[in-house]
Amino acid sequence: MRFYEHEAKQVLQKHGVPLPKRSVATTPEEAETAAAEIGGPVVLKSQVLSGGRMKAGGVKFADTPAEAKDAAAAILEIEISGQKPMGVLVEERRAIAQEYYAAVTWDARAKKPVIIFSDMGGIDIEEVAEQHPDHLSRTNFSNLRPFSDYIAKVAVSKTGVTGNHLGPLTRIVTALARVFVQYDLTLAEINPLARLEDGTFIALDSHMDMEEEARTSQRALLRELGIPDEDTRLARPPTPFEVAGAQVDAADTRGVAGRVVEFDGNMGLVIGAGGGSLTLFDAVRAAGGKPANYCEIGGNPSVAKAAALTKLVLSKPGVEKIAVMMNVVSNTRADIMARGIIKGCIEAGRDPGETIAIFRIPGSWEDEGFKILRKYGVDFVDRSVSMHEAAARAVAKMGA
Amino acid sequence: MAMFIRVDIPEDVQAEEPLRKQLVEVCPVDIFALDGERVVTVEANLDECTLCDLCIEASGSRVKVVKLYE
Repeated sequence: MRFYEHEAKQVLQKHGVPLPKRSVATTPEEAETAAAEIGGPVVLKSQVLSGGRMKAGGVKFADTPAEAKDAAAAILEIEISGQKPMGVLVEERRAIAQEYYAAVTWDARAKKPVIIFSDMGGIDIEEVAEQHPDHLSRTNFSNLRPFSDYIAKVAVSKTGVTGNHLGPLTRIVTALARVFVQYDLTLAEINPLARLEDGTFIALDSHMDMEEEARTSQRALLRELGIPDEDTRLARPPTPFEVAGAQVDAADTRGVAGRVVEFDGNMGLVIGAGGGSLTLFDAVRAAGGKPANYCEIGGNPSVAKAAALTKLVLSKPGVEKIAVMMNVVSNTRADIMARGIIKGCIEAGRDPGETIAIFRIPGSWEDEGFKILRKYGVDFVDRSVSMHEAAARAVAKMGA
Repeated sequence: MAMFIRVDIPEDVQAEEPLRKQLVEVCPVDIFALDGERVVTVEANLDECTLCDLCIEASGSRVKVVKLYE
């Protein structure tokens, strides 16, 4: 789940990260008052959960409270990625000498958190990584042991930062790393992290995403931030396709057919098992495929549930074929899945042999599953074909 | 319409009331239901059969579970 910028800053403030004077306004009049209280030039920022605010006109500058009122009125009317702002963050505008980038996120390959730091902040960090790799550092650390500020110092100094800038930046990065671990975040980012002309450092913008499953353990933080239980904090409202996916999952308690996310590709995916969904989704993309959806199926869903999910995926315009791929299954049964997927195809008016690009669900009851797949002419593979190879074969079939 | 599984219940099973009730109780996916003096199969649940064989064991192999894909 994602936090608004003002909430992320509230978290940073708790942990001693220096921030500009600021206030959240929900009306132009409140923005005018906030600007008057702050005094001097201000920046007004739309409080939405998606990026691209500057491009969409969701960030404006004002030199007087009257200008702030007008700017807030304009910002509050602008929808960004389909979201109306919950308010406007009115913040003092400071003269910047240099911008830095600091983030902590999860490094799936290292299976550890990673600090990403750059002395070229304020711009797209992927662009820095590509064009100025010497200005970006990646430093893994353990989320099990207490965080040492020495690790933050290493992360900062790797980019060539020395002297009296090293200390304050190290303290901020240390706070960011501790926040990341303490609150079960998947992303804690400050961009830009600014050195002001007076030599002090300040977090100008911040983004934080928290692990969805941590909502219960982090209830105290969510209450502190005033986030109610029913506030899902998704980056965008669910599409009708995604709502239908949630209904498929909720209609039958047997197994899971959840987290259906819509994409604009043409390859339907019925994927899952023990982290298999993310791996397989990435594998499809790495092979050049264009997924029409993401989903997580597992926990031995019923035939009816697997069939309903299959029909839903096939109902998406442009989806000609589906790839059915899972990690090696133990409690989910390959034969039950085979029945469900084939049934879904037939009920959708499709030939399973033509529609299923590949079926790779190795594991429990696979021999029984293979009998069913053979009967319906479905191309299937066993565990001797890796998930990546299966994804590549499915993508190749899309062009056939 | 079931595509994968058919369950055959012979008449001699229908004659035994305790067995009729037992078939309903043992099936984990509700394939059997009582209909007056008879036990019948629930069409919508046939394909959910887990091949657990509990109905076969309960009936002394008189109930047949037929895999339509074999």
